[in-house]
Amino acid sequence: MTSFTLNGAAVEVEVPEGMPLLWVLRDELGLVGTKYGCGIAQCGACTVLFNGQAMRSCQLPISAVAGAEVLTIEGLGTPDDPHPVQQAWIDEQVAQCGYCQSGQVMQAAWFLSNNTDPSDAEIDAAMAGNLCRCGTYPRIRQAVRRAAEMLAAPVQTFDPLTDSGEG
Amino acid sequence: MGRIADVTRRTFLFGSVALAGGVAFGVYKVQETPDNPLAQGLAPDAASFNPWVLIRPDGITLIAPHTDVGQGARSVQALMIAEEMDLEPGQFTVEPGQPSPAYWNTAMAADAVPFLHTDQGLAARSARTAIGAVIKLSGQQVTGGSSTVADSWEKLRRAGAVARETLKQAAAIDTGEALDTLSTEAGAVVLRDGRRIPYTQLAATAARIDPVNTVTLRPPSAWRLLGKPVQRLDTVAKSTGTQTFGIDLMPEGVINATVRFNPRQGGALLSYDAADALSMPGVRQILPVTAGVAVLADNTWNAFQAASAIRCEWGQAPYPPEMAQHWAAVESSFTEERLDKVWREDGDVEATLASGAGIEREYRAPYLAHAPLEPLSALCRVSDGRADLWAAHQFPRLAQQLVADITGLPTGKVYLHNQYCGGSFGHRLEFENIRYATEIAVQLPGETIKLTFSREEDFAHDFPRQIGMARVRGVSDSGGIRALEIDVATPSAIASQSSRANLPLAGPDSQIAAGVWNAPYAIEHMRVRAYRVPELAPISSWRSVGASTGGFFIESAIDELLIEAGQDPLAGRLALCNDPASRRVLEAVREMSAWDEPLAPGRGRGVALVVSFGTPVAEVVEVSVREGKITIDKVFVAAEVGRVIDPVNFENQTAGGVIWGLGHAMNCEITYADGMAEQRNFHQHTGMRINQCPAIQVRGLESGEGVSGIGEPPVPPAAPALANAIYAATGQRLREMPFSKFVAFA
Ligand code: FES
Ligand code: FES
Repeated sequence: MTSFTLNGAAVEVEVPEGMPLLWVLRDELGLVGTKYGCGIAQCGACTVLFNGQAMRSCQLPISAVAGAEVLTIEGLGTPDDPHPVQQAWIDEQVAQCGYCQSGQVMQAAWFLSNNTDPSDAEIDAAMAGNLCRCGTYPRIRQAVRRAAEMLAAPVQTFDPLTDSGEG
Repeated sequence: MGRIADVTRRTFLFGSVALAGGVAFGVYKVQETPDNPLAQGLAPDAASFNPWVLIRPDGITLIAPHTDVGQGARSVQALMIAEEMDLEPGQFTVEPGQPSPAYWNTAMAADAVPFLHTDQGLAARSARTAIGAVIKLSGQQVTGGSSTVADSWEKLRRAGAVARETLKQAAAIDTGEALDTLSTEAGAVVLRDGRRIPYTQLAATAARIDPVNTVTLRPPSAWRLLGKPVQRLDTVAKSTGTQTFGIDLMPEGVINATVRFNPRQGGALLSYDAADALSMPGVRQILPVTAGVAVLADNTWNAFQAASAIRCEWGQAPYPPEMAQHWAAVESSFTEERLDKVWREDGDVEATLASGAGIEREYRAPYLAHAPLEPLSALCRVSDGRADLWAAHQFPRLAQQLVADITGLPTGKVYLHNQYCGGSFGHRLEFENIRYATEIAVQLPGETIKLTFSREEDFAHDFPRQIGMARVRGVSDSGGIRALEIDVATPSAIASQSSRANLPLAGPDSQIAAGVWNAPYAIEHMRVRAYRVPELAPISSWRSVGASTGGFFIESAIDELLIEAGQDPLAGRLALCNDPASRRVLEAVREMSAWDEPLAPGRGRGVALVVSFGTPVAEVVEVSVREGKITIDKVFVAAEVGRVIDPVNFENQTAGGVIWGLGHAMNCEITYADGMAEQRNFHQHTGMRINQCPAIQVRGLESGEGVSGIGEPPVPPAAPALANAIYAATGQRLREMPFSKFVAFA
């Protein structure tokens, strides 16, 4: 039995200890927003935040996840209440097939949590591990810049604790 | 365009396309539109005027039969209907529909004939019409050839207009108001006094009347949705991880499965030992499938683990096992016996070549994987005399047929639920996932089987892009290119693919020298010959198909010849170019890239122009060299598509195509050793990453004449423009892909 925090809620799973978090999320917990692309840390489609850090969930055996806080794309925001990075992805219409985009968004969310005024070179370096076969890179760059601006503008941010949820 | 015929109830004619020109056979049959699949089992209060629009009291469904492989097909098809039907995004749902001959692809036909796309002469038009008739008679519903927009353009807007006019008619009957006082807006018929009757309330009446089939399409100036930057219908879902792809489906009680089959494509499974695998946690069953084994397990991970623990003895490949043998086969195919077609034989090539000191060159292009980011998957259930299949497929009716063949069910009992998918690039024209999911499901009736390929199996069982070679001779001088002979030898991707799809391929394969024979250059003495290499490893259509190799060959050769003659590569091309649309894209990139202004030392520009699928695309690539490494700084790309239907998607597809073309030219190849593809995951076949991605400036030119596709045409010019830029910057001429074998990229 492994316990950890997933998108803010406590979860317990009973799986072999070598089973990667990716497959626990997808096949055991039904959270399929996190994608399988390569299984060997080459594509980034499976990126989640692990204790606040972007990690490839295909490389995280569940045994290493015990007690950790995991945030997936589903926990970052929702269609009705998107995270600023997701909003930027929507505004910039980044997705083509969209399969890589959960991982891209999670990687960008982590990157921007540490750097709200990134240079182009920093964006490229931070996102270089996330493959996009459709070639959405130009719009990923635009979306990361837009998200950085949104995150840097404090009045714009939505606070779920004080906002009534209207609008 | 031709006339619009009135048609009978519940049928719908596809405009003039199948009517123009005089084909000798099947005219009656061609004029008869296949049955509307939506009309089957319709409730009395529901209406379907044609195969694309379904209105029920509880909502409106639009059918987008072209498979969405990431190119936004579902969204753009729906917008075309919605434009004419006066629907707003959000007022309808979009479904791919069931496979049906009603959704035959008109536009694919236009590119399947051996005429330049600019040739509107009688012979060219007749041939296009004849091929169109064949595709229609065989009911081929295909997503490919960058044809979605071209195919849908007339018929989907017309479908929307027919629905709109019929609903107005229904409103006139229901209210007694005069038809000419009614208008439509945002999903409702609006009466003179401003009252609005939602379409959904008119469905019952509309179902009882004949569709109004004589309609006038709106002029572009009246468009609300088309030609405007509209948000794709899937953008929010794909930005929030809520888009369900085929691989994400997980119905109650599903059994997860994976397969291992002979990585020597087409080879047999001689024996296997699954004892270890069977004892692994979560493993339920191991079943035989064609040339391999399937593992059924509690979850995908268990299935993968167990599959790799099975010891398999594989039979030999039915093709040469080593890469050197593949190249030897290509090299030895420039013979009379292998000549597939002489595509161009203008002037006196031999005499002109003999008259001047010319160049002789050889160019090569490797096998390449499709490797869409979502590995192949499929769900299948066979029960109670029916089969259900959930997968993304570009050939829905052939997928349906395959399931029928394996299960022994009639095709009418096979339901294909076409899914969103994480890319295709041609891979989802193939059938392995469908075959294996069905082979497993048929052994376990009543169970829902979810088959997922590991990335390694996906690579191992890809049908790669053709390898190919060109031998070129040419003579140029200050007057331009005087003689050019290009001999192209590749195996036929279309023949290989068709053989697996049980489709006949008669005559020469126009893709072997695609991009070469239809190059828009007037060279007085020019010869293009295509040689068909006997099939080696099985291959398939890869984004832009033949032009992905042919474009590299000819645009590299043209560059060499122009430079040899001391000509500017762009001005020299313009001087040769005899197609107005191609000239416009060249002029556009000349201006966009400030081509005529010199670059600093250590930098270089290259240009290329290729026409594929009826769309001319020119690209200028700008590179710089630092510490011996090449950086691609900028790309300027212009495409003439007649009309840009969806500007955001147009830009995304174009930039994506450029990145696809550049990335694979930089660092990808599939090679064979011991009969197996040596590349098994993305570390060995990467493509471009964001840190290597240039700034890309896209321009869509709109002549206003017709529409052509953009999914593939930006790919072919990318590789030669890059090679030409590297030459300009370094003096090193790259005649073989991938370029990473010869230069280093930053
Ligand atoms: S699936 Fe984890 S990095 Fe590709
Ligand atoms: S959008 Fe298709 S892989 Fe990135």
